[in-house]
Amino acid sequence: MMPDLGKYADAVLSSYAVSIVLLAAIVWLSIWRARKVKKQLKEIETKEKSNG
Amino acid sequence: MGMSVKSLWEYANPKKFIQTTDRVLPWVSVLAVVSLVVGLIWGFFFTPDDFRQGSTVKIIYLHVPSALMAINAWLMMLVTSLIWIVRRHHVSALAARAAAPVGAVMTVIALATGAIWGQPMWGTWWAWDPRLTSFLILFLFYLGYIALWEAIENDDTAADLTSILCLVGSVFALLSRYAVNFWNQGLHQGASLSLDKEENVADVFWYPLLVCIAGFVLLFIALVFLRTQTEIRARRTRALLARERMG
Repeated sequence: MMPDLGKYADAVLSSYAVSIVLLAAIVWLSIWRARKVKKQLKEIETKEKSNG
Repeated sequence: MGMSVKSLWEYANPKKFIQTTDRVLPWVSVLAVVSLVVGLIWGFFFTPDDFRQGSTVKIIYLHVPSALMAINAWLMMLVTSLIWIVRRHHVSALAARAAAPVGAVMTVIALATGAIWGQPMWGTWWAWDPRLTSFLILFLFYLGYIALWEAIENDDTAADLTSILCLVGSVFALLSRYAVNFWNQGLHQGASLSLDKEENVADVFWYPLLVCIAGFVLLFIALVFLRTQTEIRARRTRALLARERMG
């Protein structure tokens, strides 16, 4: 199944590894911060409402 | 026309923006993942080696889409920054802020895959070639832009100053795209994509590359939607906290 990458195997595989890690990192960070900020805002808005 | 322009500005309303993007975000995300998985698997497993570049041609499926997005992300930031300067819509400025880290990551991917590709093909990881150099400067502009947003407490002042920085940086975004045409020198070849059939990459590489480009564009859109929502909420949080402190 794995294609024969010959003498350039290191270059091709490291390109894919670096790119996939970086893309996964920005996706994970974006989702993590989105959840954190959403939760924080909800808490403050609830507090505001209860304070009238 | 008047109607469609009017309806476009409705999305400048933060609530309307969040409601609409909430509806489309799952679809865009799924399409992005499907396009990326299909495009990368197609390119990596089911395309032949190039007669000159061997298996390194497989790097094209990451290098070209990321380089394209690195430039276009900045151009998107330019448009939204101009909208902020002219119309003072906060969502527009926050969309530019949201796009910057995504654009920076695209630039790093383009630079890294370019260096890894360059080593076996040119015999060097790096050369002070016009396209490579303008890309590096574009990356520094991304860092400067992100740092400037973080450094200024007042959101409106930050939006004003980063918009100006974005205008200046656009010169390098355009140079990154056209450097090869402006200066007929350096190691980097001309654009891989062209409407001219003779100049464009061969069909066997072109179709999976198109799918990968679609995947990168969709991923960028999904991330910018999500991150803009986050910036809108973060801005509201800061405003509420400030009001609380004022008593």
